[in-house]
Formats: sequence, C-alpha cells, structure tokens
Amino acid sequence: MDDLRAGLNEVDCDLLVIGGGTAGPMAAYRARKKNPNAKVILLEKANVKRSGAISMGMDGLNNAVIPGHSTPEQYTKEITIANDGIVDQAAVYKYAQNCYGIIEELDQFGIRFQKDENGEYDVKKVHHMGTYVLPMPNGDTVKKALYRQLRRARVLISNRYMATRLLTGKSGRAAGAIAVNTRTGEFLVIKAKAVIMCMGAAGRLGLPTSGYLYGTYENPTNSGEGYSMAYHAGAKLANLECFQINPLIKDYNGPACAYVAGPFGGYTANSKNERFIECDYWSGQMMQEFYNELQSGKGPVFLKLNHLHKDTADHIEHILHTVERPSRGRFHEQRGTKYSEQMIEMHISEIGFCSGHSASGVYVDEFARTTVPGLYAAGDMASVPHNYMLGAFTNGAIAGEHAIEFADDVDFDDFDDAATSLEQERVLAPTRRDDGIPPNQIEYKIRRLVNDYLQPPKVTAKYELCQARLAEVRHDMETQMMARDAHELMRSMEVASILDCADMAAFASLYRTESRWGLYHWRSDYPGSNDVDWKCHVLLSQENGVMTCEKKDVAPYIIPIGEDEKDAYYKQRITAQA
Amino acid sequence: MPIANTPTTVPVVVDEDKCIADKGCTVCVDVCPLDVLRISDLTGKAYMKYDECWYCMPCEADCPTNAVTVNIPYLLR
Repeated sequence: MDDLRAGLNEVDCDLLVIGGGTAGPMAAYRARKKNPNAKVILLEKANVKRSGAISMGMDGLNNAVIPGHSTPEQYTKEITIANDGIVDQAAVYKYAQNCYGIIEELDQFGIRFQKDENGEYDVKKVHHMGTYVLPMPNGDTVKKALYRQLRRARVLISNRYMATRLLTGKSGRAAGAIAVNTRTGEFLVIKAKAVIMCMGAAGRLGLPTSGYLYGTYENPTNSGEGYSMAYHAGAKLANLECFQINPLIKDYNGPACAYVAGPFGGYTANSKNERFIECDYWSGQMMQEFYNELQSGKGPVFLKLNHLHKDTADHIEHILHTVERPSRGRFHEQRGTKYSEQMIEMHISEIGFCSGHSASGVYVDEFARTTVPGLYAAGDMASVPHNYMLGAFTNGAIAGEHAIEFADDVDFDDFDDAATSLEQERVLAPTRRDDGIPPNQIEYKIRRLVNDYLQPPKVTAKYELCQARLAEVRHDMETQMMARDAHELMRSMEVASILDCADMAAFASLYRTESRWGLYHWRSDYPGSNDVDWKCHVLLSQENGVMTCEKKDVAPYIIPIGEDEKDAYYKQRITAQA
Repeated sequence: MPIANTPTTVPVVVDEDKCIADKGCTVCVDVCPLDVLRISDLTGKAYMKYDECWYCMPCEADCPTNAVTVNIPYLLR
C-alpha cells in the first residue's frame, strides 16, 4: 500500500456526489430515490462508513424546527438576526420548512431522538429567542444507519478517492471531476451531468494552540478542498471574511457544548466563578465577549457544571464523553478533571471556514445551486448559515433531488481532454522530485502564518505581510514540495487547498473595510460597523485566474425583522448588578 | 535538502496478541478517516504509520477483537 502506480480510469454517471460525510450520502440517496434508473456515484476521500464531521455520531440537533415548539418563520427570523441581517432568507426558510420531514425520515432510519413521557420530541431552549435543540440518545449510530440506506438504494460508492479539480464543460457547465486514489496515486476521471459538492468545512486553516496539526476542532480530513475546487471552477464564495471561531475545551479542542450543558444549567464562567455572557449559544458577539474575558484579568474562561447536582453533572459528562468526540473522557481522565468537581478550562479555537458557524461557504440558493450551472453544494461548505448536521441532511436532500432532475434534462457536456492531463501533471508534480520540502512542513508554515497574521483582531498591515509571506510559501509549494508515496501525495494536495483557503480568507477580509459579527470580522483599523456601505454579502471568485471580490445585496426578506428585534444578538455581556 | 526522520510518539496502540490482521482483517485500516493505520509487513499486525490522528476512535470502536486503543496525542495531554 502507498506505493505510487501510474493509472487512469474513466467512468461516467448521471450524478456525481463528492464527499460521503453527512450531506453527501443524503444527496446520493435522495437522488436514487427520485430516479431509480439514475447512475449515482458517491466519491469519498476516506471511507463512507466512518467519514466526515460525524464519523462517531452526534449528540443532538441544535437547529430542529419542530411543529409545536417553533415555526419556520420564527427560525428564519432568529438566524437572520444572529447573522446581523446579512442573510438570503430563502435558503434558510426552505431548510426550516423541510427539516422536520428529515427528522422523521432519520427516525425511520433508526436514529432515535429524545422524547418526553408523552412521546413528544423533547426540544430544549438554548438560542436567544426560539426552541430548537433536540438531544439524540443513540446519536452514535448515525453513520451506520446512513450506510445501510446507501447500500439499500444501491448508490455506487468509491472510497479512498480524493477529488482534486472539477471539470468544466465547453458550455460552462460542471461536467465531472478528476480524482486521485489516496493509496496508489492512480487517477479516476468521472464524467457527470451534474455534480454535488459535500466536502465539509475548511478545518485545517488555523493552527490549534497545542501545535498538533491534526488537533483541530473540525475533523482534519475536512481541509477545504470544496472551497478550493469551487473557486478554481469559477464558482462564487460568500462571507469568507467571516471566520469560524468556537469556544472549546482548552488543548483537547472539543466542543464545550453550551447546547448540551445549557439546558441542564451549565454555563461559561470566568476565573472568579462569574457568568459573563447572557447566552452561551455561539455568535460572533458571544465570541468577542469570550475573547475579551480571556484577555482581561478575569481569564481564563471555564465551562462550569460543578454547581449542579452530581447526578446532573455526571449525566452531561456521560453525553459529552460518549458521542461525537468520545476520546474526550480520556483527556479529562488524564488531566484528573471531573465535571462535577472542577470547572473545565476553555479556550477559543483556531480559525476556519464553516457555514454552520460563520456562513462562510460556496454561495448557494434555496435549491443548493452554486453560481456554476450543474454544480451544487451542501453541508458545511455551502453558504446556508447555521446548518449543522440537520442542515447538511436537509440541504443534501434538496440538492440530490434538484440535481437529478437537472441531470435528466441534459446530456454530458464535453470537456477539454487537455484539462485532465494538465491536472494529472499538477497533482503528480510533488512525486516527480527526489529532493524538496515535505508537505507537513509547508502546511505547518502556512497555518503558523495564519495564526500570526490572520486571526482576529484583523490588522491591515499584518494582512498585507501575510499575503506576501503566503506568496513565498506558494512558490515553495509549486517548485519544491515533495511527496514520496500516495499518502504524502494526498497530504500535498490538501496543503494546496489549505493555502488557497488562507489566501481567500485574507483577500475577503481586506475587502470588507468595517467590523461586523463580533470577533469573526473584527478589524482594529476599521473598528465600527458601516451599514451604509457594508450591509451586504461579499462574494469572492476568480476572473482569469485573478482573485476578486464584489458586493451582493441581501435578497429582500421573506420574513420581516422588527427594529426592536434586530439587535438581540448584540446584547451579550451581563450587565453589572448592584 | 536532506530529509530527517524525527521521532514521534503516536496515539494509537495495537495489542499484537489480540490483533488478527495477519488473518486478513483490515477493519481499522479501512475505517480510519485520516488513513493513518497500516498492516506491518514485518509482524502482520496493524500499527499507526502516520502521526496524523484526530483521536476520533472508529478504529477502536470497530475493531472486532478490541485490540486497538486510542490515546490522546502527547502534545494535547
């Protein structure tokens, strides 16, 4: 295994889904359900059985819109306010209308959700306004349940193939993708009538404080290929100046889970045992207060559960240590920390792109269409805000159904064969060198520069320095990066995506000359927000290989927001009490 | 520039007495999202070849003989 082999296979299909984590399987499954005659290929860099952000499962839904508890209108309003009004509501509203059906479908797949003594969904209030959080007592079974459905629907699965570039047809449509086997270096060219990208967050952008390249908040397989490939295919990307930054357990970098602990009475406290934020549900403003507290004399910041009854604290500990990130129990055991006894030190995560947290993603409409015809995106890499797991399922389903209809109406769009040979040369270049820099060192340098210069507070002069340094690293990457086997080849392609994402993060941030969304886009040399010029989306794309940004007006609201409601997420800090 | 081999302690430990990779089992290698496990040509047993671990635990959870233990990487401990 890992020895490089020359090889190239070609296949065609009606629909190619790239990424077998959460949105991808649902997209492929729904496409096959809608058109049982369609040939649907699901391509996965790892193995669909255990890939993506939820490889070990998920402990709950944090955005469930369930009749009797909340309405799609209420949810759309809350998300609009949470994102400071810069939201195209159609996609959020569509998600909110469809997600209950998806919950029922997942329930039929055998993924159970918590119900109360009357058999009703046991939904908890964590957000500022509405009630959307639903625990999943057997959330560890999600991937297995999905895999069963994929097999039943006879979706064609190709594991251990990493897509590196999309193919564009002569008429400008998405025409497939080129992929490389991560264990042999052999190529696969997949010709398709439509393509759905479900390739996850850009989670390997900043460097965790531990210095361990893979100690990231996101599953580090999600290294931003979706963002990079969409960019190179000419798609527009939205809100890349809005960074994902999360409150996490210090060093372990796992979610602190206000939405798990909050409903039981857990909260975030400073070193004086004092609560300092009103609502632990994350937002840029909440992260700003978190950052301020860390920097103040009252830091560090802790997850506080030790005031609760021991049974309650133990129960929360059990949930957090069993599902989603189960090695967390081992971390605390080694540190000698018990949730019922001590407060647990927290910190802020490295920066990244993830639409769920920061709306940063490939721009999509309410049908999951990108700006490239025939190209769709869903899940963490698509720009629908606050999506998380249920959003990935719901928008994956929407994408699958729409894309297979699109594919039914069109023929293959021919692409230039030179594109595939050029791409093979680009991918294989690091394997042609017998002297050079290994990908892990180039990656470390990029991510160290991201931490030094790009993480907020954003300073123009630091950003410009970073762009110059990243250009030097790009030159090194293109002329000296060396891969000795297929595994290192995969890593070297990931490094190229990470560098693209770093460049995009810097470029989009410099374009928006104001501060907005709290810590996510805090520019110290433009400290105030400027609604007149910047109450809009920023779209980033390339024109003839040159990066460019443009403003895009927020689409007219479907659900109006009242003057008295629009600032609800800005009142985060607890006011001093007499 | 010459390449050095810098030693690193890896988080995934395989109990070679329990591991049945020499009988054809590849479960842990198959499920790893980061693809860092391999079967040793020398011993026929699974081991962690690349120090690129998210300590996510499918290898441990899915091992049919409970041979795999995932520890927290030293830098995080």
